[in-house]
Amino acid sequence: MTEYVIRFLVGGVVVSAFAMLGDVLRPKSFAGLFGAAPSVALATLGIAIYQHGALYAALQSRAMMAGAIALGIYSVVVCQLLVRARMRALPATLLSLIVWLSAAFGLWAIIGGQA
Amino acid sequence: MNSPIRFSPSSLKEGRWYEYVVRFALGGAATIVTGIISSRFGASVGGLFLALPAIFCASATLIEKHETRRKREAGLEGERRGQEAAALDAAGAGLGAFGMFSFAGVYWLLVQSSSIAAFVGASMAWLVVSVAAWFVRRKMRNARRIRMEENASGPALSRSRSD
Repeated sequence: MTEYVIRFLVGGVVVSAFAMLGDVLRPKSFAGLFGAAPSVALATLGIAIYQHGALYAALQSRAMMAGAIALGIYSVVVCQLLVRARMRALPATLLSLIVWLSAAFGLWAIIGGQA
Repeated sequence: MNSPIRFSPSSLKEGRWYEYVVRFALGGAATIVTGIISSRFGASVGGLFLALPAIFCASATLIEKHETRRKREAGLEGERRGQEAAALDAAGAGLGAFGMFSFAGVYWLLVQSSSIAAFVGASMAWLVVSVAAWFVRRKMRNARRIRMEENASGPALSRSRSD
């Protein structure tokens, strides 16, 4: 239970810090860089090293590369849905999560993903 | 040369207190979920979720809402501007994905030698690659705009020269 409380607090603080940094920076496209900040990774990888060791964190970060490529594809799809399909932000970002999941697991399988 | 990047602390006043609470809760929840997925399905599957854009949904929605409200208060059609602002944020996140990829790559290379070096090196790689990607895109857009302007004025110019 304590582990989850620590995860929640650390994750909340790191994500909020990056989000607030994004809020105060202009132009908006530059602030958007902070929407793809590795905030959850910073919180999680530290705990992973402490609990399971460096090899475990290395495995996580290798798979994260596939997740990052999927994030790039996701962002392009969100952008197109907002500009061309004129969707609102919430449905566009939520619907595009399907694209992120497909791309992330597809790439993970291609690089020979293993649990 | 003036930097195109500006710091606007007044933007924080636009946010409501509960919006910050939502983002904090989403960040905490995403970190817990990643931990649960890692322990249930293994480190590799869990690693994918380190790049999950869970917070992006909330951020883009807030940006759209704030921009729409600002434009409506100025008596303008706010909805479309809100969507455009969220789209700009998404474009930035797309460039930030290059930085996130670099973060993961550098961390993977360094973590087994030194965890501190891995965190510092990966964070630096994220910052440098993200900012560089943003400047390259900006330069390319500017060059394309100049080319288009030249193309648009080109025929008129050549006509006037031949007259």
